[in-house]
Amino acid sequence: MNSSVNNKTRRNALKTLAGGSSLVLGALAFPRLVQAQAEVIRIGFPVPLTGAFAAEAQAVVRGAELAIKEFNDAGGLNGIKAELLVRDDKLNPQEAATRTIELIDKDKANFIVGSVSSAVQLSVNNVTKQRKVIYNSISQSDTINEAKDWSRYTFHECLNPHMTAGAVARYAIPKMGKKVVFLTADYAYGHEMARGFQTAGKALGMEVLADIRHPLGTTDFSSYFPRILALKPDVLIVCNFGRDQQISFKQANDFGIKKQMKIIAPLLMHNGRMVDGHKAYEGIIGGTGYYWGIEASTPSSKRFNDSFKSLHKGLYPTDYAALGYAGVHNVLAAVKAAGTTDTEKVVTALSAVKGDLYKGNVYFRACDHQAVQSVLIIESKDRAVAANDQDIFSVVATENFDDSKLRSCSELGHPA
Amino acid sequence: MELSFNLIAQQLVTGLALGSIYVLVGVGLSLVFGLLTIVNFAHGAFFMVGAYVGVFVFAKTGNFWICMVAVPLITGAIGMLVERFLVRPLYGRGIDYPLLLTFGLAYVMMDLTRMAFGVQGEPFEAPEALQGAVDIGIGMFPLYRLFLIAVTSVILFALWLFLEKTRFGLIVRAGARDPLVLRVLGINVSTVWLTIFGVGTGIAGLAGLLAAPMRGVSPEMGVPILIEAFVITVVGGMGSLGGAIAAGLLVGVVVSFTTLFRPELAEFSMFALMAIALIFKPNGLFGRKGLMG
Amino acid sequence: MKTKNTFQSPVLALLAKQPALAVMALLAVFPLIFPFHSLAINILLFGLFAAGYNLTFGYTGKLSFGHAAFFGGGAYGCGILISQYAIAWPLALCFGVVLAGLLALLMGLLAMRTRGIYFAMVTLALAQCVYFLFFQVNSLTGGDNGLRGVNVNTVNFGSLKLDLLNPLVKYYFMLAFVAIAIWLINRILNSAFGSILEALRENEHRARACGINVEGTRLLSLVISGMVCGLAGALNAINLSTVSIDSLSYQTSGQVMMMTLLGGMGTFFGPFLGAGIFLGIEHVVTGITERWQLIVGVIFIILVLFFPKGIWGTALARYKK
Repeated sequence: MNSSVNNKTRRNALKTLAGGSSLVLGALAFPRLVQAQAEVIRIGFPVPLTGAFAAEAQAVVRGAELAIKEFNDAGGLNGIKAELLVRDDKLNPQEAATRTIELIDKDKANFIVGSVSSAVQLSVNNVTKQRKVIYNSISQSDTINEAKDWSRYTFHECLNPHMTAGAVARYAIPKMGKKVVFLTADYAYGHEMARGFQTAGKALGMEVLADIRHPLGTTDFSSYFPRILALKPDVLIVCNFGRDQQISFKQANDFGIKKQMKIIAPLLMHNGRMVDGHKAYEGIIGGTGYYWGIEASTPSSKRFNDSFKSLHKGLYPTDYAALGYAGVHNVLAAVKAAGTTDTEKVVTALSAVKGDLYKGNVYFRACDHQAVQSVLIIESKDRAVAANDQDIFSVVATENFDDSKLRSCSELGHPA
Repeated sequence: MELSFNLIAQQLVTGLALGSIYVLVGVGLSLVFGLLTIVNFAHGAFFMVGAYVGVFVFAKTGNFWICMVAVPLITGAIGMLVERFLVRPLYGRGIDYPLLLTFGLAYVMMDLTRMAFGVQGEPFEAPEALQGAVDIGIGMFPLYRLFLIAVTSVILFALWLFLEKTRFGLIVRAGARDPLVLRVLGINVSTVWLTIFGVGTGIAGLAGLLAAPMRGVSPEMGVPILIEAFVITVVGGMGSLGGAIAAGLLVGVVVSFTTLFRPELAEFSMFALMAIALIFKPNGLFGRKGLMG
Repeated sequence: MKTKNTFQSPVLALLAKQPALAVMALLAVFPLIFPFHSLAINILLFGLFAAGYNLTFGYTGKLSFGHAAFFGGGAYGCGILISQYAIAWPLALCFGVVLAGLLALLMGLLAMRTRGIYFAMVTLALAQCVYFLFFQVNSLTGGDNGLRGVNVNTVNFGSLKLDLLNPLVKYYFMLAFVAIAIWLINRILNSAFGSILEALRENEHRARACGINVEGTRLLSLVISGMVCGLAGALNAINLSTVSIDSLSYQTSGQVMMMTLLGGMGTFFGPFLGAGIFLGIEHVVTGITERWQLIVGVIFIILVLFFPKGIWGTALARYKK
């Protein structure tokens, strides 16, 4: 008994000694990393290189690489070049948070651009917000613009669901009919799309017969179709993303849904159409931020497409490639305009960035740094009439945006 | 919402078609557990590999029917290689180890597939003869799904014949009750187990091929399957073929009707069902060791 | 009779004989030799998570697939209080731990009758139910968008002000709690309760014949396990300032299982080593190739085949020979 008491005391003493000495040693041994203002501008780029959106992630990386190259080829910032630090966030918000913390603390990233998932971007934004680092998000979300998540260091290059869904609603409802059924993925992004659609649709006299919520990651939609068919709507509005969208279109086709109603999607994904082909997508109308086919009418798009093709061996930029490009390009343009990488000055400069970069006029709204930009209404193109293998959509309409079509600043919780 | 007879009937048929895939993946997993006492965490990966093997064979032959024969054979062969070299060394060490090994194996199989085929996924169409919808009296229904119900029934019947009516099947069933018996009788247990593992993974691969025209093909397609297979196998009772069939169809119909009334709960209903089943019948509905039950 | 210390290194010998103390000392010097500080914090917290899991898996021999519910429950419990109700972090931490303990109690009661693989399946199913619950209550949890705003940027201890945005400072802050937890686990394992646990693991029937309340003991150990995992989750919420719904997923349960096995179940140091190896490999490999799952999977297979006791477990076994 005595020995165990002694053991315990000894153990405690040793513990304190060990702990204390290691802290002291630590303080001495660990030198403060000299903040060498290295002559490089670092852009941290967390994207889901592995996981369900790997294809989209590869596209944004290509776009970002082009932006970096253009910046460097043009001389950079007085000779200071830019560097892209790509990291895999594994489509996991906590992983993304860790990567972002490391990018900022260890890799000394000056700015962060990225993410392809709504949950991930909010997590990244929380980290950058805390550390007062600029974050330009290239992922769809309504939430990131809201006052609770937003900070003056938050920028949103990508369209949000409200804009995308609204544009598609205004195009489609007058043409197709007022009775609609929603098939919505049961998560924040799906709800936001449905809400954006309903807001725009209400003004057009839309009648919602049902809002059917499916679990995220559903692989079999067959159980939904009998009811959808029984409801006899004019339009089926499919509010989902990625594989969910791909599979729901395919199966809707199998069930002959399109024979009885039109299908529209607030956001139409390019990768899904590339993989599955025209048949499943035929007749479906949707929205997107960018399609390379507008080069015929938009000179800036032609310039962008040509640059992209020459860097990436004949590949045309897709929706996500364009986002990667714009997200990084605008941050670097702001750095150049500000003449420095100092965050506060770049925030001011970035807020003022505007112009016709690749798709027509884009500017950042002051209260929430949302990039106000056009939405393209597209539909699938049959290979028979396509110019080449990558010509998968035709643009049937373009809706230009201004502040009035966005959710108002006060609605988002920002001071007026 | 207007509940017509047609709607209910249609929902029932979709439930059966849905259940068919569940049954196929459940049976494969249950077979392997019943005889080998191995929980194969790579089961979903074999499902996915089967679909990709189908893509490959179809690209070479252009014939879906050849795929239906080739896919289970090739996938089963891969399964047998896995059993022989990775799983067999672990026998006798308790059920945790094969479980953990197959867990790691699933990661490996997914990434190897990504390396071979890319991350974007592949398209897959049903053969011309099976496309389109037919009027089954209560409404239009995709022909392919009716085919699926039919094919599943045939496969299950063939499996039942194999287990009940062949000598090998007798050995398998005896071994399920008591492996020692086999050894006493001088039967090479290793060969039996190798074959069963091959059959189990082969069926999983075939299920992947059959699911491909409906869901497309992607490296991640096996991930939800694993969980679904577990639910089926556990609810039905590990090692019970009849249990897997009953559970598969039950879950298919439950999910289908949940979708009709409260779609957000569709996925949850599966787990709730599993939790409830296990709390009241801790060994599953038909569970006991032994394959027919 | 141990006459010769077959270990070359006195450090390893110390680890074998005085695990708790040694682990704490090692963890204390860890970030000084390891340059990736955010990763170090992850290893620390996941090591704690694995240590908690180890109590159920390694020390009582029950394979559970539901421990993510405790980790995530602790994370959300702590995070919601800080983010939505602006409650001070000490209280939030406690709440997270208690919530995790309650979830463990509930799960244990429901799963009591099941054995072996069925226990694993029930825990999986119940954890999925917890996942679903937290997903649906999205006004509180943020749903799939996750919980943001768990911002504890500075911590004040009287006149001492700790800047938690500095990874090194954050590490030592977290280490304080981890050290307490390790010490507690050590006390428990070395107590009478620990002996009962060991008896249970060796032979349940004999233990019951000796009058041990098997169900009660199992339940208690699950609750303690849950609380440790809950602490890890709560600390992680503060670490990343966000809680993701993924922390409740079965993939998370699978990961902690892998880490515990990698390091060595039923050993003290094993979980931390396993977490370190798993996360370290992931980190290193992710920097080189996107095919990190392949590498991690292959390493895992090799470990299961050749080092079934895990790396540390195998080393210990050699030492004990």
